[in-house]
Amino acid sequence: MSKELNLTLQVWRQDGPEDSGHFETYQAESISEDMSFLELLDIINEDLVENGQVPIEFDHDCREGICGSCSLMINGQAHGHAKATTTCQLHMRKFDDGDTIVVEPFRARAFPVVRDLVVDRSSFDRIIEAGGYISVNTGAASDANLTPVPKEAADTSFDAAACIGCGACVAACPNSAAQLFTSAKLAHLNLIPQGQAQRFQRTENMVETMESFFGSCTNHGECHEACPKEISLDFIAFMNRDYVKAKVKNRKLAGQK
Amino acid sequence: MAATATNPKGSTPIFRRKWQLPFPLNIYQSSVGRKWVMALTGIGLLGFVIVHMIGNFHIYEGPVQLHEYAETLRGLGGGLFPRTFLLWVLRIGLAGMFVLHIHSAYSLKERSRKASDKADFVGGEKKYGSKRDYVAANYASRTMRWTGPIVLLYLLFHLADLTWGWWLGDDYVLGDPYHNVVASLSSLPVAIIYVVANVALAIHIFHGTWSLFQSLGINNPKYNDLRRSLAKGIAGIILVGNLSFPVLVTAGLVDDDNRKCPVGDVGCLEHEAEKH
Ligand code: HEM
Ligand code: SF4
Ligand code: FES
Repeated sequence: MSKELNLTLQVWRQDGPEDSGHFETYQAESISEDMSFLELLDIINEDLVENGQVPIEFDHDCREGICGSCSLMINGQAHGHAKATTTCQLHMRKFDDGDTIVVEPFRARAFPVVRDLVVDRSSFDRIIEAGGYISVNTGAASDANLTPVPKEAADTSFDAAACIGCGACVAACPNSAAQLFTSAKLAHLNLIPQGQAQRFQRTENMVETMESFFGSCTNHGECHEACPKEISLDFIAFMNRDYVKAKVKNRKLAGQK
Repeated sequence: MAATATNPKGSTPIFRRKWQLPFPLNIYQSSVGRKWVMALTGIGLLGFVIVHMIGNFHIYEGPVQLHEYAETLRGLGGGLFPRTFLLWVLRIGLAGMFVLHIHSAYSLKERSRKASDKADFVGGEKKYGSKRDYVAANYASRTMRWTGPIVLLYLLFHLADLTWGWWLGDDYVLGDPYHNVVASLSSLPVAIIYVVANVALAIHIFHGTWSLFQSLGINNPKYNDLRRSLAKGIAGIILVGNLSFPVLVTAGLVDDDNRKCPVGDVGCLEHEAEKH
């Protein structure tokens, strides 16, 4: 028989972008420890709907830790206190009976609240758009292994590609900086041969777009701790190096416009 | 990429680059580039702090040697440049590094503040309703914006104290730094200021020395662990070295007794130094 929990939740409720918002307290009784945190919110919402109240809005999609939709600051930590876990994969067994849990949206100026716990993370899309394209030949699929990729580079690129774009790094950052996200997206392409043609152009554009929305990194390392995919801080150093390189390299030849 | 519900208004940029300055100034326009400048000037300042401390150890050899060291600084590059020329180049370079370091630190802090502004339900800095639970950020990294300005205030105090002699008044003897240091640090409040400021400096350097590698992109799993050890080592050496001056003067181990040259007799110091 699995353990059951009785919990008190303090949830951020906000009627819309213009509303000032407030905390609302809810009691959750007999919660199974096998539930995920989102299922706990589902239960509370069912209660609210039954009582004719407006359910709590929150983002979610895959519920298996791969889409990056779910967010939530849970007790002051992005995606809760469990390491390398998204909110949808955070199980109630990580909490104790009688706990009070504070649930808030991710906060940053670039993540305005849409409603309750839902924030608009479209400034991440602006960064991705700024990355542009990679040059690949179209037509018939090319042979596998046509482009040799060193194993280490492929592995590291894959580690960077694990970023699901959830925004926990920004939420956890006291500077609201998006270095971890942007550097992961950059390293994913910049480390492998396929990404070389536009490498420096991409780095300049993505970094400068990032800076127009987000704060400046002071190397606290909070982002890495919050990241459900444990993206490494090494990628930030790699991005910093590539950015300055890009600035030096991209000087046009004399007379070139 | 996350399927994100969109706010009809979207989020507005906090900062727009209207044009790119010509290279290399455009590096300083960006936050990443500015952080790079902060790291480079940080290295320069670190070099200064270390050399300054080592130079000051001459105080333990006595008044003559400290006087001689001060003279060496003035005569740096002797033969090639006029006297004190190179010293002035170093001083101006140092002042320039301070200006760049402080400007980049301040302006980046402003950008981060803007990026966190209006993200808050209580107004002002970014806050969460629950107690913020820092996992990785340490005391040093969170206090850079305090320890930095403390070092700046201390720097001004230090110049006024030992370079310009504002506080020592008649007791200040130009050309006898040994006496000036002893006279200044014999006052307990002054010694306490030196201790507090140098603790702040060491904390600043502890985070700074680690952080600058990230900012410059000097990163390799082969030696990444060494960066923390290096930061601890440098901060530790600077802490112990710089604290030794106020502590030993307060303890009475460095004083004006038993001097070969009486206080104020700069001619005697020069004469003794000649003999070396
Ligand atoms: C001799 C004295 C100083 C030394 C050796 C020094 C050294 C450093 C170093 C190595 C860094 C790290 C740079 C990086 O992360 O890339 C740093 C950061 C910083 N310094 Fe200094 N510094 C000194 C004086 C000052 C002063 C006078 C101020 C301010 C008034 C200041 C403010 C800051 C701030 C706020 C940061 C962190 C900013 C950030 O990470 O965005 N520092 N310092
Ligand atoms: S780096 Fe980590 S925390 Fe940031 S968006 Fe990607 S997965 Fe989320
Ligand atoms: S809902 Fe997809 S990662 Fe959590």
